[in-house]
Amino acid sequence: MVYLPHTDEERQQMLQAIGVKQIADLFQDVPEKARYPELGLAHPLSEMEIMQELQFLADANLNAYTTPTFLGAGAYRHWVPSVVDDVISRGEFYTAYTPYQPEVSQGTLQAIFEYQSMICDLTGMEVANASHYDGATAAAEAVIHAYNVFRKKRHKFIISPTLNPQYREVIRTYTQGMNLEIVGDEDLTASAADVIDQVDGDTACVILQYPNFLGQLEDLGDLIARVRAKDKKTLVAVAVNPISLGLLKPPGDYGADIVFGEGQPLGLGLNFGGPYLGFYATTKKYMRQIAGRVVGQTNDVDGEIGYVLTLTTREQHIRREKATSNICSNQGLMALAATVYMSALGKQGLHKVAALNYHKAHYAADLIDQLDGYTVLRERPFFNEFIVRCPGTVAEINHFLLNTFEEHEIIGGYDLGQTYPHLENHMLIAVTEMNSRHEIETLAEALAEFPEEDRL
Amino acid sequence: MAIDMQARYLKSHEWARQEEDEIIVGISDHAQEQLGDIVYVELPEVGDEVAQGEAFGSVESVKAASDIYAPVSGVVTAVNEELEDAPELVNQDPYGKGWMIKIEPSDPEEWDALLTPEAYEKVVEEEA
Amino acid sequence: MKEPLIYELSVTGREGVKPPALDVPESDLPQELLRDDLPLPEVSEVDVIRHFHHLSHKNFSVDSVMYPLGSCTMKYNPKVNEVAARLPGFTGIHPMQDEETVQGALYIMHTLQEDIKAIGGFAGVTLQPAAGAHGELTGVLIMRKYHLDRGDTKRDTILIPDSAHGTNPASSSMSGLHVVQLPSDARGNVDLDELRKVANDRVVGLMLTNPNTLGLFDEHVEEIAEIVHGCGGLLYGDGANMNALMGIMRPGDLGIDVMHFNLHKTFSTPHGGGGPGSGPVGVAEHLVDFLPGPIVTIDPALSEEELPYYTLKMPAKSIGRVKSFWGHFGVIVRAYTYIHMLGTAGLRRAAEHAVLNANYMLSRLRDVYPLPYDRICKHEFVLEGHLPDAPDVHALDIAKRLIDYGVHPPTNYFPLIVHEALMIEPTETESKQAMDYYCDVLLKIAEEAKTDPQLLHDAPHETPVRRLDEVKAARKPHLRYEH
Repeated sequence: MVYLPHTDEERQQMLQAIGVKQIADLFQDVPEKARYPELGLAHPLSEMEIMQELQFLADANLNAYTTPTFLGAGAYRHWVPSVVDDVISRGEFYTAYTPYQPEVSQGTLQAIFEYQSMICDLTGMEVANASHYDGATAAAEAVIHAYNVFRKKRHKFIISPTLNPQYREVIRTYTQGMNLEIVGDEDLTASAADVIDQVDGDTACVILQYPNFLGQLEDLGDLIARVRAKDKKTLVAVAVNPISLGLLKPPGDYGADIVFGEGQPLGLGLNFGGPYLGFYATTKKYMRQIAGRVVGQTNDVDGEIGYVLTLTTREQHIRREKATSNICSNQGLMALAATVYMSALGKQGLHKVAALNYHKAHYAADLIDQLDGYTVLRERPFFNEFIVRCPGTVAEINHFLLNTFEEHEIIGGYDLGQTYPHLENHMLIAVTEMNSRHEIETLAEALAEFPEEDRL
Repeated sequence: MAIDMQARYLKSHEWARQEEDEIIVGISDHAQEQLGDIVYVELPEVGDEVAQGEAFGSVESVKAASDIYAPVSGVVTAVNEELEDAPELVNQDPYGKGWMIKIEPSDPEEWDALLTPEAYEKVVEEEA
Repeated sequence: MKEPLIYELSVTGREGVKPPALDVPESDLPQELLRDDLPLPEVSEVDVIRHFHHLSHKNFSVDSVMYPLGSCTMKYNPKVNEVAARLPGFTGIHPMQDEETVQGALYIMHTLQEDIKAIGGFAGVTLQPAAGAHGELTGVLIMRKYHLDRGDTKRDTILIPDSAHGTNPASSSMSGLHVVQLPSDARGNVDLDELRKVANDRVVGLMLTNPNTLGLFDEHVEEIAEIVHGCGGLLYGDGANMNALMGIMRPGDLGIDVMHFNLHKTFSTPHGGGGPGSGPVGVAEHLVDFLPGPIVTIDPALSEEELPYYTLKMPAKSIGRVKSFWGHFGVIVRAYTYIHMLGTAGLRRAAEHAVLNANYMLSRLRDVYPLPYDRICKHEFVLEGHLPDAPDVHALDIAKRLIDYGVHPPTNYFPLIVHEALMIEPTETESKQAMDYYCDVLLKIAEEAKTDPQLLHDAPHETPVRRLDEVKAARKPHLRYEH
């Protein structure tokens, strides 16, 4: 099936108007030896056939929304209110381009302005951009932002060992050609507090996570104070789980300079890892060096309020090689979804969702902590994710949960040994409002029944 | 196009004027005309060192951004903080209230290499 | 019709969507860590729906009007793509699930990798990059690492034609490389003499957009490849304009070593008002090991006959991960759907008609609007939006006046090498009637420019807002709702 409207007659009229005999005449400048290759793609399918195939492929996956799931580690299973998909399914939103012509893009522009406002409110910051690709690329942009704030004269960036390992990887990928140094995560058994001692007059930025990748709430106020005590100018960037901010004091209140994170929990499906949403906020002081699109309010020639893309001189289409970043899009539709999510839940709803996460996670931790062979590591407070020392390998326990336990399928937690070798046989368990009491109790029951012979 | 006859110039359209022991720096009337409505001026901090011919900041309109180059080397002794809230001063009064920084020069001979008002006028004419 | 901000609709105490009740005992909250206030709006579900529906009415979109933004490939986004991507078996997968539980998703990714290899003539593909610019950064980092891995450490320069997208130089400088700009010749091709002068042992590679942003196929692509390869550099292809060439030629066959594709342009996935896109990168054999990852491969040890087992694997010398997880899977499903409905012949027909449509519109407009490069174009063309007999009228005025006639303007003021550029890309999914209307309007506007230029200066007239004060927006940035 091809989405082409022309009749043969119209095609002939068009060719005649152009002054060529056939369509092939329009491709004479393509080297002849390379023209019209045989691509060997699969036989084309009708809409009915492709949907049958895709339904089969979709059914071949285990759906985490309909399976009890305790997996988080950067992507979380939350309830997505029906209004979210209704709004982002509107063609007026999803088939529009970046709002370059503001007069005919006020819908997108105003929604982004509202998104920026809500991200500021949530994080306790003054300025937010229109979003990045995801939490990991937002982390990399935070590094580049700080580098630009110091006009590339400070070269050291300290990343907490408890920052999401994928964020740490992406920071290194992005900066491999830049003349800067990424340190702090050499010893993965260390905490954020341990690495702040490395802050000095050449340090552009310290990057923390709250709650950290291990689910813990490190003492953010103290950490920021320690950075300031070592060097007043060093920026502090903090990655956050946005749902936790329904309950917790935001990093902005502790004096963070940059707050960013993975916005997927704000109304986006798990989608096997994407598209997600990198939210990003900072202070007025540093807004001129941020990357990405920014929407501002202004007036039209008649004095009416309207919205435009602004501060564009930072961007690649004007600065080219001197731009603050090469990014020239945002996650428009995902930012819209998050805006609808935050609007629909609102002040009270988001607080309640956060509280549900907190209480359910603590209930689960209490149950699991009582099981023979399992210990919950509780040296720090946590939000909705916690570490469990297990009596067997996490891979085997997860296999047992998924395939063996009384024909229930349970998707277990994240195997921390993959990225933190000293936490071999430790599972990171995430509990959200989607986990019913029954699911939590079934998990505890299943863990208890992990066979003795498979225990270490 | 107005030209300040007391000033010296760079081909890149900055002006410099001697005031006591300091050199005061801004961009020319021609430059502000070319840029259009200026929306932001990025300036260094007092105490920063600048080198002749190197960018020390930038000036931005809605659709363009241009680096501003130092006419002489030295240490920045003052920046025009009013431009932070009123960048339009550069449009309104480029040789006066729209000044950008003051430099304590480190090499007095650099001054002599700058363009005279007459020479600068020729540069602008040639560009057109 | 003004729509208030959602904050302005807020009523203290009003609730929207209600979360479930707590079904477990409460635990103690860490009082010292709690926030005092969460200043989000308090609105009902009906308020939310009406508000965002009202906002949606203020947008032009492909679903509502012709939207021929040059370089953006605003083709129709088939509805079946949306239905496919929303199947719960796709939206519901956690990215860290055991591979054994996601074989359907991995099959789709693996197949799309293979499809893109076939379409581009490449040996390896990553689906991880999130957008075109992200794919560029990936590609430039791959080129850089390839040279370093060979011990060739002095290469630090990227050559970029002056017609390139601004992202090319920005991606290069993010990779720590210097940019040397190449001029275009009189026919809009890369100037070969200038290229020869700068092709030396410092060159990492050249970034070629072909067809270029003038919509012209570079007639010397083979010579360019020869010169760049001759100095030890690599040839990067900016795939933003691949809609002109799907099934017509494979970039890999013409010496392109690495290229990003834009699934949201070429393969019909929606632009989403700015994103999400998807920017897969294809590479020739010698660059496969440098791809970011993980990428999907078949694990022979776990595969059975006729039932391959898919697994995620990091390439040996990878530049590293460029984003979280594996890529924009939701976008990947849409592109997979499109490619598998069109097949080889369908993709070629789509490209052919994209080019036919652009040339048809060009034939109707060329006598009125100045055409700086007079050649058969590919999927788009660039006119000057400045008419000799209407000196005060600019491209921007013409663009804004088009809005009064209910169509979206073309890209203006890009590419920079054309004075007052109007860059028009109709795409293959526009009918002759839609294009004729657009051309009729442009011709009428050319008349209006002479007879009533003020009409153009004041345009648009009927939109929710009229021309906005961008100077004010930038001088005193007002970027959020103030409580």
